Amino acid sequence: MKRTLFDKVWDEHVVRAAAGEPALIYIDLHLVHEVTSPQAFEGLREAGREVRRTDRTIATVDHNVPTTPNHRPITDRIAAQQIDTLRKNCSEFGVRLFDIDSDDQGIVHVIGPELGLTQPGMTIVCGDSHTSTHGAFGALAFGIGTSEVEHVLATQCLIQNKPRTMRIDVKGSLPAGVASKDLALGVIGQIGTAGGTGYVIEYTGKAVRALSMEARMTLCNMSIEAGARAAMVAPDAVTFEYMTGRRFAPKGAAWEQAVQHWEQLKTDEGAEFNRYIEIDAASMAPFVTWGTNPGMVAPITANVPNPARMTNAAEQQATARALDYMGIAPGTPIQEIKVDRVFIGSCTNSRIEDLRSAARVARNYHVHPNVSAMVVPGSQAVKRQAEAEGLHKIFRAAGFDWREPGCSMCLGMNPDIIAPGERCASTSNRNFEGRQGRGGRTHLVSPEMAAAAAITGHFTDVRNWQYRD
Amino acid sequence: MQNFRVHTGIVAPLDRANIDTDQIIPKQFLKRIERTGFGEFLFYDWRYRPDGSLNSDFILNLPRYEGASILVTGNNFGCGSSREHAPWALADFGFRAVVAPSFADIFANNCGKNGVLTVALPEAAVADLMLRAQATEGYTVTVDLEQQCVTDSTGFLAKFQLDPFRRECLLNGWDDIGLTLRFEHEIAAFESRRR
Repeated sequence: MKRTLFDKVWDEHVVRAAAGEPALIYIDLHLVHEVTSPQAFEGLREAGREVRRTDRTIATVDHNVPTTPNHRPITDRIAAQQIDTLRKNCSEFGVRLFDIDSDDQGIVHVIGPELGLTQPGMTIVCGDSHTSTHGAFGALAFGIGTSEVEHVLATQCLIQNKPRTMRIDVKGSLPAGVASKDLALGVIGQIGTAGGTGYVIEYTGKAVRALSMEARMTLCNMSIEAGARAAMVAPDAVTFEYMTGRRFAPKGAAWEQAVQHWEQLKTDEGAEFNRYIEIDAASMAPFVTWGTNPGMVAPITANVPNPARMTNAAEQQATARALDYMGIAPGTPIQEIKVDRVFIGSCTNSRIEDLRSAARVARNYHVHPNVSAMVVPGSQAVKRQAEAEGLHKIFRAAGFDWREPGCSMCLGMNPDIIAPGERCASTSNRNFEGRQGRGGRTHLVSPEMAAAAAITGHFTDVRNWQYRD
Repeated sequence: MQNFRVHTGIVAPLDRANIDTDQIIPKQFLKRIERTGFGEFLFYDWRYRPDGSLNSDFILNLPRYEGASILVTGNNFGCGSSREHAPWALADFGFRAVVAPSFADIFANNCGKNGVLTVALPEAAVADLMLRAQATEGYTVTVDLEQQCVTDSTGFLAKFQLDPFRRECLLNGWDDIGLTLRFEHEIAAFESRRR
């Protein structure tokens, strides 16, 4: 029987399978954060249960934490209580916590990979939809709700129906100035925000092989925005090189043995997928979302759509409503849209390569006087690395605010929010109504495109950027 | 978990596709550490104006839909974040079932663990239900999980399918953890095989 990468990882984790029932699958790594866990720990406590595998459970604080120096002060009393609750829960149940003052604190989907916790072939869950990020390593990784968080804490297993499989084959090479974020937005634009519902995506093809690990993480991260249960990229030499020497990665003989196993984690020639989609990488461009979901997206050189020219009534209504919320006239050229705020960060685009790309655009330029721009590294490690390379100096000299790590303005659970009516070029993952602050208007872009918009004050085609290296 | 067998209630039609969990329950309400009390924040930015006053135009604020317990809405309902606060808010507000052409995976999963039934019906049937709810004040339907159908008193009938396991859990109000712990020896055997 020829199997896909997904089939192989799935099969290795089936604890129990019975006809007509969902499978019980084993979870190798459970990542926990402050927002979706308090009710789960409370459930354990009420039932007198323990955390089954504290060695497979790792917690950090990311969603609520302020990004001001030293993450202080936490003026929001309820946020402070939630963070404190995680501390108490981790201490009571014996779960390892990378707390605010830890050198390893950061966004949960940034620290998992950088600490070597995320490994090929694993099953990884977290009470967070962007857990799909970890699929970049050839892990089966997906977001779960709080009831399932409690279930995994108590049993280290999940009850799951086997998802369907979709292969997205990206042929050719991405043009210069086109980032993996653009590829991700291009895929969502093509298959829609529900196109992946019920599927695990495997990305294949030359353009995917050519991506760095961090770029693969961005691609897998955004797959939930296409509705996919999870996304995967088969591990290869790029994966193994990234993982080498990371703190929790296997060492010595165990490493050799692990790599041997990981090399088998690829789809067999001729294995069948439930759905196949082909994408021409050369046709990708820097994308900008213009509406209120990530599928409402267009190339930088395009105009926003005009509902009057649409024939489908539902599409017409949704487009008109989105443009109204976004405060954009139908047919406006995207390059004419002015921004007030720029956010570079989030589990999608806050890793060192993202910051390098943005800094290269910003170098020897200055943020437009009408724009307020901030850079929020994904983790303490990313921040340290960026500062070692002097990126913070480039950003600061250009007028960007340089912050402490956290989820920050991606979802505005901490004080980093935009005001009603403000327009933000954001490297995050969701442009839903009010996502970054009530009445705020979010446009999703790559780090390069965000930096360019910060400098010119409007969306600008980074393919024509005059770098001042 | 509260079980779900047969429920009859007022229908509230929310005619919009791709309603994400940020709309169902905005982020500022996710900081609470309880499971209860989220109903007052359901669809907050739509129910309340920026000054905090009631938005009397929003469907759930219309007196005719007061007490509605069945939400009928557009496709891909519940997309976005995995926050279980979304079904907590729906349930706490009084919704027992949501009817739509399709649902996002994680959201539907979360509903099933909180006694909220997600009913996927063909687009035409959903559109029909919306029209009926808009036409008749106090319009009610019966959602029957045993028979897997939605009916009203004037001849509407639509069958639906739910995953058999999820259906069984909802019918009986079973808690997943309790079910899984019956297989403790299998879990332990799996762990010893792998280590």
